[in-house]
Amino acid sequence: MPIKTYRDALNEALHQEFERDERVFILGEDVSGGQAGSAGVVDAAGGIFGVTKDLVNKFGVDRVIDTPISESAIIGAANGAALAGMRPIAELMFADFIGVSMDQIFNQLAKFRYMFGGKTTCPVVVRLPTGAGMNMAAQHSQTMYQMMTSVPGLKVVMPSNAYDAKGLLISAIRDDDPVLFFEHKGLYNDKCEVPDEPYTVPIGEADMPREGDDVTVVAFSRSVKFAIKVIDKLAEEGITCDLVDPRSSSPLDEETILESVEATGRLVVVDESPPRCGLTADIAAMVASKGFASLKAPIEQVSAPHTPVPFARELERAYVPGPAHIEAAIRKTLA
Amino acid sequence: MDKDKLLRAYSQLKTIREFEERLNVEIATGEIAGFTHLYAGQEAVAVGVCESLDDKDYIVSTHRGHGHCIAKGGDVIDMMKEIYGSTEGLCKGKGGSMHIADFDRGILGANGIVGGGPPLAVGAAIAIKQRGDKNVAVSFSGDGSSNQGTVFEAMNLAVVLQVPSVFVFENNGYGEHTGADYAVGGDLLKRTEGFGMPVFTADGADFFSVYDATQKAIEHANAGNGPSAIYAECPRYFGHYVGDPQNYRSKEELKDIRENQDCLKIFRAKVIADQSLSEAELNSADEEVMKLIDDAVTAARAAPRPVAADVLEDVYINY
Repeated sequence: MPIKTYRDALNEALHQEFERDERVFILGEDVSGGQAGSAGVVDAAGGIFGVTKDLVNKFGVDRVIDTPISESAIIGAANGAALAGMRPIAELMFADFIGVSMDQIFNQLAKFRYMFGGKTTCPVVVRLPTGAGMNMAAQHSQTMYQMMTSVPGLKVVMPSNAYDAKGLLISAIRDDDPVLFFEHKGLYNDKCEVPDEPYTVPIGEADMPREGDDVTVVAFSRSVKFAIKVIDKLAEEGITCDLVDPRSSSPLDEETILESVEATGRLVVVDESPPRCGLTADIAAMVASKGFASLKAPIEQVSAPHTPVPFARELERAYVPGPAHIEAAIRKTLA
Repeated sequence: MDKDKLLRAYSQLKTIREFEERLNVEIATGEIAGFTHLYAGQEAVAVGVCESLDDKDYIVSTHRGHGHCIAKGGDVIDMMKEIYGSTEGLCKGKGGSMHIADFDRGILGANGIVGGGPPLAVGAAIAIKQRGDKNVAVSFSGDGSSNQGTVFEAMNLAVVLQVPSVFVFENNGYGEHTGADYAVGGDLLKRTEGFGMPVFTADGADFFSVYDATQKAIEHANAGNGPSAIYAECPRYFGHYVGDPQNYRSKEELKDIRENQDCLKIFRAKVIADQSLSEAELNSADEEVMKLIDDAVTAARAAPRPVAADVLEDVYINY
């Protein structure tokens, strides 16, 4: 099977869905990039991270729309087009820019289906480059998905590898509900086997990339990559772990998490977001409520600290929960 | 304009007026929950615009949206049921006064967020353009909304993409409780011009003036020239919401706008003067409207109520 990067897997998903359904279009800042530039190159950017590369050459400027820097208008226009029967994809250059477009996301997009009594759906995908790791500091490095998970009406997806990235993006585009699609910037160059043909990965079903007996590790997005590293290392010592990658925080596959904890009796939850009201706290609370009888040790939460994301390399490394933090937490549950 | 069309326009103006006057009375009974913002006084704008539209044109309305929804063909009885919170309402009682929508009529929803609508209308206009249709997407905004950044973003994007949006600004003199003269810096009309689109000015108390302006906006869009704006000053007969004591307005002002800026009186005077409709015909239309409003309230009171389990419906997942 061909090996592809997370970036190319996403790009391929977009090309294939544009081909399949002419209602699909994308709008955002620099999704082609180069409109009215002095070089006359239309596809100069292909998105800030190259995910939308070459779309404009194949599908034209009416379906690959470079917008002004106007995040509210970007999300709002996607919402309105979806209400009018289209299948828009909006790209925000960084997930942090949710802040500028918050009303259109949580008061408009998330609300329409319910507030209008189920008489419409609003099939928008918002693509959101997310996370720390590129020293982009406090306003270009946040995860944001933990905040969005608390909003009823939004699906919140965060693929951890190239295979899931393609399959989940195709699912998101075909979904009738709004999907916020968080692409971790630190994963764009990661590679794995990705089929050439279009396929879907269902939203709301967890993956279990590692299976073991001693501890359940639940991790999201780039934390999955770090967890795999630790789990493979501990396996050499004879400590084996289930690794659950929920792939979406809403809907959340509670069943897979609870079944695993029932078998192992120990839980470590890992995420790059800050700790308060975040995904680790949410899952710890869920397991404490629904799986308490299975637990043999206190639940360990591994998260970022409750600070903005810092800039300097040393500081950012200290901020992001990495393999060392995960390993310490696993050992603690076994102590 | 032919006689049927004139009578229909008059009936729409009257329906909105009586719908709102009746709500003002019924809300005092306590049967209707929540906050209600009445459109009375501004009817000529909604009807003047929407009489030029059909079901394939889109509108995005505001928190003061009953008039826009009626003018665009929203069913009056189903709207009343929604305002009463019945499961037979247009949104099954989940939206209420501020969130009336009817997608079959091109009503993409009244919107409780001031400035929430214009970006949505630009999106609908993108859909129209991509399908190659000859339609328009209209957003209604007030003087209050005109100060929101989202509205500027929407106007700029519409101009950049050259989509068939029509930005209607109805200046009713007040954003919530604060006068437009205070809150709108500079000149609202020039703001729209500043984005490089034409603005067609209308008298917001005169149906015919708004209708003419809308015809121009539609011609502009159909010719492939992209967005335009309509600016209309109009009176707001009631407060920001039902129950607002309106201490910020003088009694004289309220009396004057009822006497001298009543779109119904102005319409009647015009059509009687040019003999296009008779007094008897107008009175007969009035009677039909009064009966419709009575029927709507009676039906809404008797309509089925939601049950607790309905809370969990119409969302992809609930916990």
